[in-house]
Amino acid sequence: MANASTGDTATAGTAGKRPFPHRDLLGVSQLNQHEILDLIDRAEAMIPISRQPRKILPTLSGKTQINLFFEPSTRTQSSFEIAGKRLGAQVTNMSVKTSSVTKGETLIDTAATLNAMQPDVIIVRHPASGAVELLSQKVGCAVINAGDGSHEHPTQALLDALTIRQRKGRLAGLTVAICGDIANSRVARSNLLLLGALQVRTRVIAPKTLLPKGIEALATEVFTDMRKGLEGADVVMMLRLQHERAAGRLIPSVREYYRFYGLDAEKLALARPDAIVMHPGPMNRGVEIDPAIADGPRSVINEQVEMGVAVRMAVLDALLADPSQVSA
Amino acid sequence: MSAPIVIANARIVDPATDTDRPGALLVVDGKIDGLAEGAPQGVPDGATLIDAGGLVVAPGLIDMRVFTGEPGHEYRETLATAAEAAAAGGVTSFVLMPDTTPAVDDGAIVDFIIRRAAATAKVNVLPAAASTRGLRGKEITEFGLLREAGAVCLADGRQSIQSAGLLLAAMSYAANFDMLIVHHLADASLVGDGVMNEGLLATTSGLKGIPSEAETIPLARDLQLAALTGVRYHAAQISCAGSVELMRNAKRHSGSVSCGVSINNLALNENDVAPYRTFFKLSPPLRSEDDRREMVDGLLSGVIDVIHSAHDPQDSEVKRQPFAEASEGAIGLETLLAAALRLVHSGDVDLMTVLRAMTSRPAEILGLASGRLAVGAPADIIVFDPDYPWVVAEKDIVSRSRNTAFEGARMQGAVMQTLVAGRSVFRHAHWPEGAK
Repeated sequence: MANASTGDTATAGTAGKRPFPHRDLLGVSQLNQHEILDLIDRAEAMIPISRQPRKILPTLSGKTQINLFFEPSTRTQSSFEIAGKRLGAQVTNMSVKTSSVTKGETLIDTAATLNAMQPDVIIVRHPASGAVELLSQKVGCAVINAGDGSHEHPTQALLDALTIRQRKGRLAGLTVAICGDIANSRVARSNLLLLGALQVRTRVIAPKTLLPKGIEALATEVFTDMRKGLEGADVVMMLRLQHERAAGRLIPSVREYYRFYGLDAEKLALARPDAIVMHPGPMNRGVEIDPAIADGPRSVINEQVEMGVAVRMAVLDALLADPSQVSA
Repeated sequence: MSAPIVIANARIVDPATDTDRPGALLVVDGKIDGLAEGAPQGVPDGATLIDAGGLVVAPGLIDMRVFTGEPGHEYRETLATAAEAAAAGGVTSFVLMPDTTPAVDDGAIVDFIIRRAAATAKVNVLPAAASTRGLRGKEITEFGLLREAGAVCLADGRQSIQSAGLLLAAMSYAANFDMLIVHHLADASLVGDGVMNEGLLATTSGLKGIPSEAETIPLARDLQLAALTGVRYHAAQISCAGSVELMRNAKRHSGSVSCGVSINNLALNENDVAPYRTFFKLSPPLRSEDDRREMVDGLLSGVIDVIHSAHDPQDSEVKRQPFAEASEGAIGLETLLAAALRLVHSGDVDLMTVLRAMTSRPAEILGLASGRLAVGAPADIIVFDPDYPWVVAEKDIVSRSRNTAFEGARMQGAVMQTLVAGRSVFRHAHWPEGAK
């Protein structure tokens, strides 16, 4: 197993670890380089747990985990659920429907209600940027951001970094090209922050309508020409395009988008020969990515899903299983 | 008939005449009856003496942009509670925006506001009438009847008229009656889903940005239409460098255009928003520090005429929300003067310029007799200590709503006493004269 970081990461769980210095994981922006690497190391040590027949490391035995999703997400929600259960936590899923009339109105009320049930951790996804932080201010337990608006999705960035390190053996010095709807993507923001903190060269590639103001301060390079942006890239990270919302306004049509910003074999050939292809899912095959690439040998998309469980186990363990956190 | 009042031992500051000197002031029958340099020249029998103790005596402030919730949302603010807050902040007159339920788009509602204010409000309430029915930006209202009912100007409050054609009609028709049009600038298609200033901060926060062009494009349009019609036009509030430039150019050619700035855009910038502080969610949004500096320069050079509070009471239900979903607006009547004095203490702007933008300039634009310390003018007067230190605390807020953008801010400068038509409507708890 590739292990380019600190060394003794063989033991999973909290034994021998420093306490994690935050109550919540709200975003990559709250983490320093050391804490990021620590979480990636912890996650790497969690990988074998999921691969063994008896998939359990009961460091969260007796803890209550609530998955509170204001936005549907089968994949992220089940990843957190499985991670919690493999650590022995009691997991409850709550999906909250938000209509346009009542949106957000229940957030603080919901927080107070759930808090009264004495959970140990609440995992929150919400369509509004900053909503998870707002909720965290109203509860007495750990809160993990599972995606808030266009702001952050920290466990996605961690699992992406772990996947890259597993495949490439290192992170520093690599070139990662992130391509697609940067403007509306929390995955892009968290990845840019995380990769930037680890001395990874980051490129963003998108038409100008999908590039937010000031992005040049977050990425090493900005490209509107995908071909140029992919040249020499070690990692190609594709983003989901919300094409129903973007068509006719941010992009003229799906077919034009696919022609210029969809990842196909011809464009991928411009990246390094050993470049890997990533996607946070769910994919729009034929919109941002050629199905043959998505399911091809260079795709690590299924590994991302596997690393997702390891990262979420590591984060839950770091937040909840440390003695200092338990007593706090 | 109340007793005459003599305010002695005062530092008389009157921007209308560029006066800043020691003096005394006599009030008789609610009007200023005399001004003296140095000591008062004879105190009338039975007069009340206010010893200003060397503090500033200035015209009461005129705030051109205030929202309340009366009628319709009295839990946010009534005319009475807004007036209490105004008195505490040294504001003796305010222009009431028509954004109520129902909107102030009919003479009968103007009449209601005036009568209700006379019965319950301790400062002068000057109703602005909606220039379009229901503030919907579709049909113009009865300007003539609204003026007869007592509307001081036409304004669509928080709304910005999107149709150039309709605005042209409104301006042409307002020119008939020599009525002032006050207009908030926001191109709806450029604002879109935006909730804060466009830029790196919005991007890292994952919030949609509002470009400056959402303001400058309607401003450029408005100024051209104002020139075409000759209407008296006031850009309600500008927030960015580009707007200062547009106003500077327009003023070279026309004496009938003016503009205001919210104290928030003079005292704060976009960095105050982080992280997701909804009390700083405003329209126009807080802009960059460069834009704020341009606002200060615009004030100094006279391009910006008026500073207002943009007092907009919102209850916690609509403010304790994720940023994008929270309502816009902050209260400001109580902190207007103190926040403006920050610019004086920082050495950026002189006291006379700051006060002019809150007294004589709005009075000129609105055609009021107040806003100056002249014999015959209404005795709307404030005594303030420009150096008095205090901290803005939620528990001390007079307004019915608590959504201040200055919570916890250290202020230097406070109103000690406020007179409206010669009647004391506010005395500071620590003002020795308050015992009287």
